[in-house]
Amino acid sequence: MADANPKPLWLLAEVTYRCPLHCAFCYNPTDYVRHTKNELGTGEWISALRQARAMGALQLGISGGEPLLRDDIEELVAEARSLGYYTNLITSGVGLTEKRIAEFKRGGLDHIQLSMHDITKEINNFITDTNTFALKKKVAAMIKGHDYPMVLNVVIHRYNIEHVAEILEMAEAIGADYVELANTQYYGWALINRAQLMPTREQLEKAEEATNRFRAKAGNRMKIYFVVPDYYAERPKACMNGWGSVFMIVTADGTVLPCHSARVLPGLEFPNVRDQSLEWIWNESPAFNKYRGDGWMKEPCRTCPEKTKDFGGCRCQAFLLTGAAENADPVCTLSPHRQVVDEAIEEAKNPPAQVRPIVFRNDANSRKLAEGARDLVPPGVRGLP
Amino acid sequence: MTSPTPVSRADVFGLSKLLRLQWEKAQDCYVLLYPEGMVKLNGSAGEILHRVDGKQSVDDILSDLKRAFPEAPDLDADVIAMLEAAIERGWIERKNG
Repeated sequence: MADANPKPLWLLAEVTYRCPLHCAFCYNPTDYVRHTKNELGTGEWISALRQARAMGALQLGISGGEPLLRDDIEELVAEARSLGYYTNLITSGVGLTEKRIAEFKRGGLDHIQLSMHDITKEINNFITDTNTFALKKKVAAMIKGHDYPMVLNVVIHRYNIEHVAEILEMAEAIGADYVELANTQYYGWALINRAQLMPTREQLEKAEEATNRFRAKAGNRMKIYFVVPDYYAERPKACMNGWGSVFMIVTADGTVLPCHSARVLPGLEFPNVRDQSLEWIWNESPAFNKYRGDGWMKEPCRTCPEKTKDFGGCRCQAFLLTGAAENADPVCTLSPHRQVVDEAIEEAKNPPAQVRPIVFRNDANSRKLAEGARDLVPPGVRGLP
Repeated sequence: MTSPTPVSRADVFGLSKLLRLQWEKAQDCYVLLYPEGMVKLNGSAGEILHRVDGKQSVDDILSDLKRAFPEAPDLDADVIAMLEAAIERGWIERKNG
């Protein structure tokens, strides 16, 4: 249920959009090059952390891009811990050294979430467009060595979905405590590359079966979250648990967002922590109030009994796939636009003979997309992701 | 479903290393924090879990609760049921044997 007095319990600090990896499924904005200058400084981050904590924020994710490209993460972690946050460093592992991890431990970092991509070097290196396979294993051992809970995040797509059983075995072998098998959600770069990344329904069902077999065999030792890809669901996800309900993102240049990809939405001006207090941004700003509650809803959501469960799904997905953020998330089978999702599913089953090349997340491609290169965006996608 | 794990009075439990328990003034309750989640504990669960420290036995915890809440009715069965539920959820781990 929507809370009459919502608190930003979850704060995500996307401290930089710079990243040594070039993953084809990245959800970061495709025009991220616009936001890599003017990154917030250490003092500005500390002020944001203090403000959000005073508003009730508890869970802190430090993410990016690759957060370890900044040299002040140790300082931010120590400050976050002293403020009482539960702090999670979300990293590719690139840039994590013995010295830095020891400093994080001293500062009170609670856990590290490491991205892994596959059991094979070939697919790891292909999908990230880097040579990082050996490094990831080394970093996993380092995390274990420092007695952190180990959370592995594996983004699932057509290139690794048939390896789910082996990925889980690898995770168990390196001592993971939690594994997120996060099926790709189609935002940002992932939407650009949807035709190449989306698995078929059959592949998905087999992956779920493999996960359940592993759970039955391994028991509770390792917790596994299988994040279902919403295109294959009948109802939308309760995106962010509702707009401006529990989640707030402060991004690299200080822009504050209610969800990862809100920047794509037209007609909204997102406030900046350099200009306004987080208190005003969360409570008063037009952007954070735009889709709060259900006053904005159109049919079929407005009179739907499930609107208190899924809040009409995702505004960004509605905009990207139907052209209007107020529409129902087209994943919902009650949406008059569901056909755009069915077409993408059909395309996954019968890929066109001429598959477009993957557009990797890198500065050159981002500059092209920032300049409005529509030819890189798949047909049927209404907004620029 | 697995059957509940029996808890005896001599057992010693500690919080799972994946968890942090914290008093949260803004919410006026204890919260359990873990990767990707948090649980707001109700009053009695908070009072029990913050005594689970890897040193005190279940018996010690029961005595301590009786001292803290002398007016409460017999708590033993409820406390043990709560600890069993916490084991099932992976919140606490047995430290003895």
